[in-house]
Amino acid sequence: MMVRVVTWWTILRIALEERLVYRGDFALGTLMRFLPIITQIFLWWAVFEAIGDGQRSEGQIAGYRFENMVAYYLLTMVSRAFSSMPGLASGIARQIRDGEVKKYLIQPVDMIGFLLLTRIAHKIAYYSVALLPFALVFYLCRGFFIDGWPDSTTLLLFVATLIMAFLLGFFLEATMGLIGFWFLEVTSLLFIYMLLSFFLSGHMFPLDMLPEPWLSIVNLMPLKYLAFFPAAVFLGNVQGPELVQGVMIQAGWVVFFIITARIAFARGVKRYSGFGG
Amino acid sequence: MALIELRNLTKSFRVYQKHEGLMASLRGLWRREYRDVQAVRGIDLDVQRGEFVAFLGPNGAGKTTTLKLLSGVINPTSGSALVMGHVPWQRQNAYRRRFALVMGQKNQLWWDLPAQESFRLHQQIYCIAPEAFSRTLDELTSMLDVAQLLRQPVRELSLGERMKMELIAALLHSPDVLFLDEPTIGLDVVAQHRIQKFLKEYQQQRNVTILLTSHYMKDIVALCRRVVVIAHGRIRYDGSLSGIRDSFSSHKVVTLQLAETASTDGFHRFGEVLEIQPPRIKLRIDRPAVAGTLAAILAQHAIEDVAVEDPPLEEVIADLFSQAARGSDDPMGLDKVSSAVGSVR
Repeated sequence: MMVRVVTWWTILRIALEERLVYRGDFALGTLMRFLPIITQIFLWWAVFEAIGDGQRSEGQIAGYRFENMVAYYLLTMVSRAFSSMPGLASGIARQIRDGEVKKYLIQPVDMIGFLLLTRIAHKIAYYSVALLPFALVFYLCRGFFIDGWPDSTTLLLFVATLIMAFLLGFFLEATMGLIGFWFLEVTSLLFIYMLLSFFLSGHMFPLDMLPEPWLSIVNLMPLKYLAFFPAAVFLGNVQGPELVQGVMIQAGWVVFFIITARIAFARGVKRYSGFGG
Repeated sequence: MALIELRNLTKSFRVYQKHEGLMASLRGLWRREYRDVQAVRGIDLDVQRGEFVAFLGPNGAGKTTTLKLLSGVINPTSGSALVMGHVPWQRQNAYRRRFALVMGQKNQLWWDLPAQESFRLHQQIYCIAPEAFSRTLDELTSMLDVAQLLRQPVRELSLGERMKMELIAALLHSPDVLFLDEPTIGLDVVAQHRIQKFLKEYQQQRNVTILLTSHYMKDIVALCRRVVVIAHGRIRYDGSLSGIRDSFSSHKVVTLQLAETASTDGFHRFGEVLEIQPPRIKLRIDRPAVAGTLAAILAQHAIEDVAVEDPPLEEVIADLFSQAARGSDDPMGLDKVSSAVGSVR
């Protein structure tokens, strides 16, 4: 066990170092994350102003006031910072196409575990740099959190849903990358996924604005748990049995994609070693 | 028992066939034609501990496929293989800790980090004890003279330096069996020589078993006592390097130094004229006919000096390859044809 922990730590440390090689790109990439949210805030500003006849703060859309909306976007930004996996699926597919995947067959190392550790390292590197601007933005926007700071139980649940959002994002995208064992090129598939994810994760608008039956369908799909769900937990929009159910569904999807990714890898390797090489 | 045992090892691939043109591309969207390519067709091979064996063969002969089978990257279509008692494609960790594969065209080091970091990672992945790790690393870096480069990002190393680092990474866990797929590809003569020298020393010191493929005859001449010629997925020859000449070269090259006044005409009767540079003339003569032909030449012409040589090994092998490329199943067939053509001329 001790040996494994040291191995994990080494992988983590090296991936972290690698992440910090291109300082300029890294800093820019980290800060650029804040740009889209600004445009979204201005968009909703205009929408609320239009419905409230210039009296922006009075109007409500599906139970959201303008302040709630801004708070929601800030929080989805946090959950997306956990669940988005830039370059993971395409990277796996490229490694399969280039034959770099051989490395994981030859060396006594597990590919998915290795990638998970490097991804955790990427996230740690990202947060250590992004923490300051995040804190600054939240401080400046503190006026938008009109319902106040959540209690410690909710906060704990929020952290749990964020961690599960990270795992869900990782194993979902890893599974998609592993489809590369069959298709080699997964760019179009990823494009469809990004599109769906943009709408159905809650990145575009709060999902509880959706009418039935769409709301129930989206509740059962995995994408909602990448961005909307943690934000809704923080804002106290889901409570009681609904909250318990949401956490169960999220955990269920995490387990589902862990298993799917494992099966895809085992089958993919079998296929690869049978036909390709 | 042999350390590596291959029995009737066969591997065929399914390759997508596309005809030329747009229409064919569209058709390919829903109906694909596949062709089976037999990369390895029934290879039997035994390698003993401590042997340094070269796989020689034209591109696409099945050398790399064989190494991939042995390192467990791909499964065979049929046949069996045992390496140190393990079936490679079961990919047991116990096996994976005991061999290494180095491919000259692929790298496994972290591109943006110093090689030192990749080595650390290997230490962990292969569970190498710290003392053994530093001892092996010191030894390898001094043998390859790269100690001062350990802290430099891999992307800033030259190709030769990178290859040395790749070798170190592959050898850190002291594998018992080493598969080298064109380790000197693209390297300059000095770097090639350095790596040859290193491999030779390392193999002698540790008595490891090495299988190497290379297109550079110099690699093979310098390193391997045993050569396995593979063409069309089959073993065509298995033996010493010099034995290739005896088995596959059907002729000798005879160089005649004529007397100043003698004419260079009329030599085509004795064999294929390879080169005329008066007063020197080079002939290609069938092995069995060498003595008789020489006697005839000496009787009829004024000759000052005679040299009888084997054709260069490269040439013999090139002949062997080109005959393989033409799909001949009889390795001797084409040589006979070419020497027949030679004597008709």
